[in-house]
Amino acid sequence: MSRTGSVMPETVKTQGPPLWLLAELTYKCPLQCPYCSNPLDFAEHGEELNTEQWIDVLRQARKMGAAQLGFSGGEPLVRRDLEQLIAEGRTLGYYTNLITSGIGLNADRIAAFREAGLDHIQISFQASDESVNNMLAGSDKAFRQKLKMAREVKAQGYPMVLNFVTHKHNIDRIDRIIELCVELEADYVELATCQYYGWAHENRDSLLPTQAQLERAEQITNTYRDKLAAEGNPIKLIFVTPDYYEERPKKCMNGWGEIFLTVTPDGTALPCHSARMLPVEFPNVKDHSLQHIWHDSFGFNHFRGDDWMQEPCRSCDEKEQDLGGCRCQAYLLTGDMNATDPVCSKSPQHQRILDARAAAEQPDTDRTITFRNERNSRVFARG
Amino acid sequence: MTKPGLDQTPSLNPMFRFQWEEAQGCHVLLYPEGMIKLNDSAAAILAEVQGEQDCAAIIQALEARFPDAGALGPDVLEFLEVAHEQNWIRYA
Repeated sequence: MSRTGSVMPETVKTQGPPLWLLAELTYKCPLQCPYCSNPLDFAEHGEELNTEQWIDVLRQARKMGAAQLGFSGGEPLVRRDLEQLIAEGRTLGYYTNLITSGIGLNADRIAAFREAGLDHIQISFQASDESVNNMLAGSDKAFRQKLKMAREVKAQGYPMVLNFVTHKHNIDRIDRIIELCVELEADYVELATCQYYGWAHENRDSLLPTQAQLERAEQITNTYRDKLAAEGNPIKLIFVTPDYYEERPKKCMNGWGEIFLTVTPDGTALPCHSARMLPVEFPNVKDHSLQHIWHDSFGFNHFRGDDWMQEPCRSCDEKEQDLGGCRCQAYLLTGDMNATDPVCSKSPQHQRILDARAAAEQPDTDRTITFRNERNSRVFARG
Repeated sequence: MTKPGLDQTPSLNPMFRFQWEEAQGCHVLLYPEGMIKLNDSAAAILAEVQGEQDCAAIIQALEARFPDAGALGPDVLEFLEVAHEQNWIRYA
């Protein structure tokens, strides 16, 4: 998840509370985006938490100090108790965020959410033009529905974030994407390059843009920033580069178990929504209190601090800046979750990143995209 | 950007929510996906920004609340200028 543009407090040495609770209410989703952040084997996961269990999770996390609450999925609109969960979250004092594809939304439901106290709606788009959007989403009606809902969200007075996951197939139209966001009166725009885990990793060769594509897109974004600021437009454009084109990894999740707490549909608690892929046992809210999970569980403590680091991270004078990078990426690309994130040019496995960049330069022929759907998920689950 | 006039009436941008956060031990502004921690004087000023009082009335209210602080006008207007630049507040 690309959580950017945020002003977070200074890190303190004693373990602070989670500030963000991401409630992944369900893995069900009508769309099939090939870069979905849900696990590859999502179809095999257990029963969803019920309303009472979710309310208990919201209360516990708020008591610990979480201030931001994201309702996500899958598609959270699938849950019929969403209004009730929003109302509970708002009453507890959270800033409540709905992160949705817009599919399944309508004016009445937007009004009902408002009534329940929802603070903000984020709508994700796949592209700025209908055919590419619908191809990626795996739906013929998705684009028009999203446009209609974005207009309705603003008409009803919500702050709105539009999220465009950018990749090879849409990044060259970034000018059109930005213009669409301006037209829709977005408050924030996340131009977030695909992060290559899970489904996106399976489809990486079809999705990773070239360096030239990326540089051009960033340049265009900067030009728009200046132009929009000069016009007095308060819209904020947040451009997230893929770390595949960096020489140093990112400080994953602002530090493992520092700020983010994700609870998945079946109640498994994670320090980041990708972490489920790691060979680490993560606790479940059905078995333990969030207090225990956050402060005492093996899963949340495993990558705190730097005792776990190997060389070249261990003796690196930059280790505090990135904490060795992303554990999921290290595991995915090297098979060792304790390894240096290969994005780092000091990593002995940095060649894997260079190979991926080289593959992105190849012409886009004969590549098939694996869509995120139940059928494909069951194939991954069987392994 | 310039300082607001005394007769201008600021209100909080509806994108932000101003509240006390027990775990942080301070007032904060919450907005989509982020949080800004406020110091005591920023919080005291923002608490008066409700879209009803103009800047002159806000200064008067704060001076009444903190009689030992002396004249607060310049500090308050300077903060409101910053708050406006940050898009936290708007003028009617």
